[in-house]
This record gives sequence, structure tokens and C-alpha cells, in this order.
Amino acid sequence: MSNQTVKFSEEAIAECHKIIKRYPAGKHKSSLLPILHIAQAENEGWLSSATMDKVAEIIGITPVEVYEVASFYSMYNLKPVGKCVLEVCRTVPCWLNGAEELVSYLEKKLNIKVGETTKDGMFTIKTVECLGSCGTAPMLQCGANYHENLTNEKTDALLEKLKAENSRKSYTDII
Amino acid sequence: MGKKLLLEHINVPGIQSLEVYRKMGGYASVEKAIKTMSPDEIVEEVKKSGLRGRGGAGFPTGMKWSFLAKPVGVPRYLVCNADESEPGTFKDRYLMEKIPHALIEGMITSSFALGANTSYIYIRGEYFYVSRILERAIEEAYAAGWLGKNILGSGYDLDLYVQVGGGAYICGEETALLESLEGKRGNPRIKPPFPAVKGLYDCPTVVNNVETIAAVVPIVNHGGDEYAKIGIGKSTGTKLISAGGNINKPGVYEIELGVSVEEFIFSDEYCGGIPDGRKLKACVPGGSSVPILPADLLLKTSTGESRLMSYESLSEGGFATGSMLGSGGFIVYDERACIVRSTWNYSRFYHHESCGQCSPCREGTSWMEKILHRLEYGHGRSEDIDLLWDIQRKIEGNTICPLGDAAAWPVAAAIRHFRHEFEYHAKFPDKVKDTKHTPPPMPARVAVG
Repeated sequence: MSNQTVKFSEEAIAECHKIIKRYPAGKHKSSLLPILHIAQAENEGWLSSATMDKVAEIIGITPVEVYEVASFYSMYNLKPVGKCVLEVCRTVPCWLNGAEELVSYLEKKLNIKVGETTKDGMFTIKTVECLGSCGTAPMLQCGANYHENLTNEKTDALLEKLKAENSRKSYTDII
Repeated sequence: MGKKLLLEHINVPGIQSLEVYRKMGGYASVEKAIKTMSPDEIVEEVKKSGLRGRGGAGFPTGMKWSFLAKPVGVPRYLVCNADESEPGTFKDRYLMEKIPHALIEGMITSSFALGANTSYIYIRGEYFYVSRILERAIEEAYAAGWLGKNILGSGYDLDLYVQVGGGAYICGEETALLESLEGKRGNPRIKPPFPAVKGLYDCPTVVNNVETIAAVVPIVNHGGDEYAKIGIGKSTGTKLISAGGNINKPGVYEIELGVSVEEFIFSDEYCGGIPDGRKLKACVPGGSSVPILPADLLLKTSTGESRLMSYESLSEGGFATGSMLGSGGFIVYDERACIVRSTWNYSRFYHHESCGQCSPCREGTSWMEKILHRLEYGHGRSEDIDLLWDIQRKIEGNTICPLGDAAAWPVAAAIRHFRHEFEYHAKFPDKVKDTKHTPPPMPARVAVG
């Protein structure tokens, strides 16, 4: 159990209730996956058990029903992550176009290994499976954005831009 | 240039908006369907068209629709499978992002045909920004009266929602998708019962791929017979191919089914050949789950006929010498590609994506990944090749859902056609310790028995 205070703005709660209305009576559990994205975006990009308990309360289901879903799907982080999670696709079509070199380049530039976060809490590197961007490989996803056709130069520029913006990137960002 | 039924207007400025889409003839199929056709008539047109599921399985869509149970007083659902996660496949993302109303229009016409009053588009979580584009298009459709109550004064009501996933390839399997849509882990269900009888919330449900639903629009507009005139044999109409890998012009191409594979790869109209003068080595023509083929069997069948981009032609020869059209995720390999590394890459994918329900898949994908890893990194043994063959054979057909088969088939095909590379890795481990090692050349083709 963490001591983290769970954050849920009024807008976020309103959004959750709007989502719950999409389903027939008694089927509010269907809102769980969309609401977990909101909960993660509201709480530093990860889901503590306290956050998941809050989600259970908002929807009206038991905590274990939330834990079992959060632990199944790859986009939900159950541990803290950096402000910018750099999710590099490494499946075959990207591999054929230099994905492994891209991962090595990022590890060298940021001085961390895949799975780790930089000391300033800015960047985390993750390798992920096919993101549906095989025509613009190699590439990475950061929050809602796809960054495609990456070269070393473009990667440098991206890292500079993200550092300058210095804000958390979430899947739910409107881009 | 072949006929374009889905992407004809994709480059018209503003086509993302309802206003421009309508000006280019959009939503005509909704008017025609709701004002002049009965639901059964629409199903008939889809049957006549010969349209097959464009997600990968290629099941006849009209037949799937006709299976939908219709108990009185029970709601029916149409769910669009926008979970596109098959490696190599990106055509649904392209369609939804560039021309979202094509999917919305298809959903309305199809929902009407199936008697659904609430429909969902289940989209993979990574495509979150695309879900926003779809939601804006849906808002436009509601505002213009194409969705909501009493559409076109017909008395037909339809609500359409976008549901975002959480990151799981398995949720592209229709029953795992329904589990996920119900707020649970993506564990596939045992079939029967099929979703047509017991689907979303135990109600009769049809699950169709994005492209399949978009194709309903030209079928209703022009008639099923007209659609069936395009294509070849039982592969009617057009298909979106996502071409990637080592080619000059990767991207999404709408082709008339029946174009030759050779033309598709080398013509400037499509992929534009292999960069830097390199040679074609192999290809996975329909998404990672379909068998990889060496260049000679890709371009020609084992009987010497030119291989065509169609369901029948790509499957010619079964898995012994053929493959599948699948999702149309067309991955091209040039001569530098190490097939063992590629196979290990896929095995990591399937191991990661296995939901874990079935022992052969959960354990087997883990073993295959481990064995392929040690072969690729220079610790393999010659017995490992037969061991891999044995494991994949014992997964295939022994699981609740096709992910087990999908994990087995790439391993089987790689060993079947490129066994010499695996043997090389086992015999010369020092030569493969550098991750950028050069694969050994193809041996002379032995007569295929």
C-alpha cells in the first residue's frame, strides 16, 4: 500500500462518469480499461494500488477486478516511470529497418538501459511490440504521439524537444 | 492503376471532416440502406459480393452476418475490431486516421443491416490519438443526424461509441476482444457458443474488422454483384496491403485482388523494389502469423505458376510451399536478414502476447523463445532444431484460440524453408556471436516433394 495521495480532478471524474454511460445498465465494468488510462494520466503515469482502489470505487467494482486487468495489459504501468516513456517498437518490420540500432542509440544518449529511468526522472526506455507503424520504421511512441522514420539526427531533435517541454506525456493527451 | 473503393478520396483536402466527406458522396450508402432496403436485402448484397473478413481470417462476411441469432427482445451488437496488432499490419490505422467517416458510415449501414442499436469500435490502446479522431467524426455524425434517434426519420436508432484497449495483441481475437470490452482480462472464450449467438454481454454479436466494415459502403452503393466483378476467383474486391520491411516505398496500397506478387514488390506503382540494389530473400505476405516464404516460392508456386495477391494463390501448396494473404501485412526481407534472428523476434512477440490460459501456448512459446535465443546468440545445439519442430507441432491445434497456431507457424515455416540457417547457427556458434552476422547463402533448391 503506498502513501501516495490519489489525484483525480473534477474533469477527470466527470469524464469517467460520461464513459460509464456508454454501456447498458449493469455493465459499467466495461468502463474499466478507458478509466484506467485516465487514472494513469492523473497520477504521474503509473497505477499504485491506492490509485487502482480509487478506480474501483469510482466504477463500483472490487479492487481485485481492477488489479487483474491492470496487470494484464501492457500500457498500464504498475511502477513509477519517467515523464517521457520512450516506447521503441522492436518487432520484425522495425527490426529490418534499424530498431535495434535505435534502442542502442537511446541507451547510449541517455546513459540508461531498457527498462530504466534517467536520474532526473525525465526519460524511461521501453521496448514494445508492433505499433502498426511498419511503413515508417524505425519509430517510437511517447504518450499519444508516434515519432516515425527516426534517424540519429531526428532522435537527437526529439530528445531536445521533450527536454525543453519538460512535461509528462500521456496517451490521453490531445495532440 | 487498379480500382480504388476505399482510398479513392483519401487525398482530398479536408476528407477527415464530414462536410468534405459528404461532398465526395459520403453517407450515400446510409441513405440507400435505410430508405430503400431491408436489413435482409443488405445482408444479401454482402453475401453476393463475396467479401471476406479483412482482418486476417478471410471468413465470408455475408455468411458471418447470416449466422446472427435474432431472439426477440434481446439486443444485438456490432463491434468493430480495430485492435490491429498483427506485426506488419498498419492499414486500419491509415484508414481510420485519414478517412474516419469511411468507418463510421460503414458502421451505420452495417448496424442497420444487423439490427444493432448500439455499436462499438474497439480500438487498440496505442492508437489513442486515432480514437480521438474517430470520436470527433462520430460527434459530427450525431450533429448531422446520421447517428442518434430516428435516423433520417426512419425510426431506427443507433448509438456508436469508441472503446480504447490497454495493449494486448490477443484482444484482436474476437472473443478476447469481447472479454476486454466487458472490462476483463483478454482471455479468449471457448467456441461454440460463437459471438453470433452469445457475444457481447451474452447477446448476439457480430465482430468485424475495420476494413471489412468500410467495404460494406461500396457494396451497398454499387451492389454486391458489381463488387464481385473486381478481383479473381473467390478473392473478390480490393484489399488494403500494408507493405513494409526492405522496400523502396513502404506504405498502404489498395490493390485489386489478383495483382501478381512480383508486380506488387517491384513495380513503381507499388513497393518499388528493394533499396540499394539488394536481392529479395524472403517475405511474410500476410502478417507475422503466416508462413514466411523464400523468394522463389513467393514469386512462383511450386508448380511454376506466377503467385498472385489473392487468398487462393497465396495459399497454393498449403504450408508445404505456400502461405496466406492473412491481414495483408506484407513484410519484405532482403539478403542481409538472418532468418533465425527473425524467428526469435517473432517468438518473443508471441510469448509476450500469450494470454496464458492454455498450457501448450503459455509454456511452448516460452520454450521456443528460449531455444531460439540460444541458437541466435551462439549457444544452440543441433538437437534444438528438431526440438523446436516438436514443440510447435504440439502447440498447433491444441489451444482455445488461434494464437497458439500463430506462434507455431512462423517457427515451422522458418525451419521448413531455411533449415540450413538454423544448422549454421548450431554448427558455427562463433560465426553468429556478432548480432549483425551474415546469414549463409541459400543452398540449391532441392526438388520439393
